[in-house]
Amino acid sequence: MLGYNRAKGLVNLNQKNLHSLTHYYGIFCLLSALLPTLGVFFIFTICDDLVFAELVKEYIPNEVINSKDYNFTIVLAQINNSVEGLVFGTPPQWVTNAAEIWKSWVIKSNILTMIVCAITILTSGFLSYKKIHSEFRSRNAVEKIVMTILGVSSVIAILTTIAIIFSVVFESIRFFALIPYDEFLFGTVWNPQFEGAERAGSGQEGLSQYGAIPLFAGTFLISIIALCVSVPIGLLSAIYLSEYASSKERAFFKPLLEVLAGIPTVVYGFFAALTVAPFLRSSGSMLGLDIASESALAAGLVMGIMIIPFISSLSDDVINAVPQSLRDAGYGLGSTKNETVMKIVLPAALPGVVASIILAVSRAVGETMIVVMAAGLAANLTANPLDAVTTVTSQIVTILVGDQEFESAKTLSAFALALTLIIITLGMNFYALHVVKKYREQYE
Amino acid sequence: MNKKIINPEDATNIVKNSILKRRSKDSRLKLFGRVAIGLAVCFLLFLFYSIFTKGYPGFFQYYVTLDINFDRERIDPKGDLSDNSLFDGDASTIVNESLFSVVEPKGRKEKKLAKKIVSSGKDVRIAKMVKDDPSLFGTVTQVKFALDDDIDSFLRGYIKRETPESERRINDKVIGFIDKLNEEGRISYEFSDYILSGSASGNPEMAGIKGAFIGSILTLSVCLLIAFPLGVATAVYLEEIAKKNRITEIIEVNINNLAAVPSVVFGIMGLAIFISIFGMPRSIPLVGGMVLALMTLPTIIISSRAAIRAVPPSVRDAAYGIGASKLQVIFHHVIPLAMPGMLTGTIIGMAQALGETAPLLMIGMVAFIVDIPNSVLDPGTVLPVQIFMWADFAERMFIQKTSAAIIVLLGFLISMNALAVYLRKKLERRW
Repeated sequence: MLGYNRAKGLVNLNQKNLHSLTHYYGIFCLLSALLPTLGVFFIFTICDDLVFAELVKEYIPNEVINSKDYNFTIVLAQINNSVEGLVFGTPPQWVTNAAEIWKSWVIKSNILTMIVCAITILTSGFLSYKKIHSEFRSRNAVEKIVMTILGVSSVIAILTTIAIIFSVVFESIRFFALIPYDEFLFGTVWNPQFEGAERAGSGQEGLSQYGAIPLFAGTFLISIIALCVSVPIGLLSAIYLSEYASSKERAFFKPLLEVLAGIPTVVYGFFAALTVAPFLRSSGSMLGLDIASESALAAGLVMGIMIIPFISSLSDDVINAVPQSLRDAGYGLGSTKNETVMKIVLPAALPGVVASIILAVSRAVGETMIVVMAAGLAANLTANPLDAVTTVTSQIVTILVGDQEFESAKTLSAFALALTLIIITLGMNFYALHVVKKYREQYE
Repeated sequence: MNKKIINPEDATNIVKNSILKRRSKDSRLKLFGRVAIGLAVCFLLFLFYSIFTKGYPGFFQYYVTLDINFDRERIDPKGDLSDNSLFDGDASTIVNESLFSVVEPKGRKEKKLAKKIVSSGKDVRIAKMVKDDPSLFGTVTQVKFALDDDIDSFLRGYIKRETPESERRINDKVIGFIDKLNEEGRISYEFSDYILSGSASGNPEMAGIKGAFIGSILTLSVCLLIAFPLGVATAVYLEEIAKKNRITEIIEVNINNLAAVPSVVFGIMGLAIFISIFGMPRSIPLVGGMVLALMTLPTIIISSRAAIRAVPPSVRDAAYGIGASKLQVIFHHVIPLAMPGMLTGTIIGMAQALGETAPLLMIGMVAFIVDIPNSVLDPGTVLPVQIFMWADFAERMFIQKTSAAIIVLLGFLISMNALAVYLRKKLERRW
């Protein structure tokens, strides 16, 4: 505002010589005052807890530090609870003391943050205000700042990836330090236990077992069932929509199929667990089959329904991209529609179709809620679709939801599972893209 | 080739036969296609049908009408209508007395059973009524109370009278009480005032979705505030400003890969980065919104880039021609023209975020939270997670409430998607 006024004043003083439009001076002042302040503010808010955590160490009595089961995280959590007024039982005196001191630090740091922010906003504002004179190219300066902001925001995507890799890989390395990776990859028994339970379990060594094969098998089984449902339906619908249907039919059915992809997975999970599974169970018992109430079949069927649109939409696009001239050539030779589709269009569109199926599989592998709600948690190594199985994603959820012990092999195993999940899904995506690129027929 | 030349008649016959076969093959494929689409649509309809038939009754529940003597001394002993005073009051005994006067239980055991007929939220209800309207004091007014969920299930016919008493969740005496209430016309089936205004509760008859709904709105607003500017900025940078070099290529590949990462992995990242490293509290909408924002970012970026690419170069050239700077071209011409496409992509991304459950489970939004969150820093939950939690409860009534919550969620999703389609249709411009 000040900058705007000053610029206006300058305009009044000497009409001609102002380089940029007046409001750029205002924006320049605003940006150059606000940005450093925001930066300072963020640094302060993020750092204060870390700094306090270091400082508070002095207030922890020595005998606590020297005792055997000293764990700084737990002590810190105790102090934090006490700061927030959550008191369970009677905490030791030193915790309350530390909490009191912590509280005073919070107040001090808030005041400090405010003062520093005010100083930054005033100084940088003043500096930029000073800079304004008729020759100052404020528009260029503003544009430079905005460009940098845009560039920085595009880096966020990379930061997210780094964050994902960082968070998963480090914990996985710690997991593999506890459990050898070949046991994880090739073991056939999955039986994670909390360490506390293990210790209490009358000294039985090695009660926990982290063989991920049953999980992979379960994931694989459910994906196969899902594919058995979705590939025929999706592909045939795509062929029908792109080759046989009138444009009206197409305009009606294509969005309708895509509705299937828009339904939240938790709804599918609910549907699988409360409608499909009981139905399968009762019809199974009529046929004399014993179907578990949480079966791979129920989860797979519903997941198949969910991924129909992934296959149908993508394949439909690919089939449509096959040039009309190929079809016309086929018809010119006297072939029927069926023959044209089967012998000319589909082979030409095959890479795209395969890619769409691979993408659908990677969706199915990464899908969580349906399997959590309908497939069960029993880590059976079985190929029988009527049994309960468990998958990589549902184990991640069960391990990480609720209370966890940090540092325990069970918690860490979830990160190792996540790492394998990422590798599998990303691998499939790369492969799908590769297939498309490699086998794409080049039409003009 | 030592094949004999076949005579023309045979040849026509062979062709005729084969044509019939080929035609029938053709119509068979067409039929299969129709059947496939029909199946898919049937699945969709069946899904909606099963949820609607289950969920529609979830909006209603049974109430019992009782004559309540609003005795100020007993309801509000301190006489100042404060929460404390109302809490000290004895509203539930008043309700029980009124109930006893109708069903006339004998002995302590029967009284104990009779007490359970009315939902345990009765005192809260009376407290709220007198707070809203203190003039009720001193009057005898008819008040409707929700019935306990077992009674509700009985009235709906899920618990059968014919089942032997030992296998039923409610015994014969209670059924006798209910019959008595029914004879006097005190039981009614009405639109539930808990489902939309209540929050999470262990008692199915009092559970509602308001808390989760507010939580969803808070989470989505955080998500929108982060993802939309970031997504648009990234798209603009990649399309308009950045030179095509290795770095931008890496960013592009990266964004496409992010779109393929399973959602549960974003939850793990949120858990490891925001909660463990930055020390943010669990189960708050702020963290949930941040995680969802990172998850929807690729969707928004990809659709925004497509929208920007659709703006014809002639517009840019014209703007440059009259002396606009690069940024002026972008902000005054390209972005306004690409806005409809960007908005459509954003709405679709938001719809995705609204239905997402798994990442929010990871950051602890599954906690059982009764209070309705007031800000993004209060612990809360969201609709899909609420659905997930309710689906796990054993009580029959929760199935209906869950389906009702799903109907609300689907309603929002459908309207968001409809808005996106409408925007696209309305603002789309062909160049």
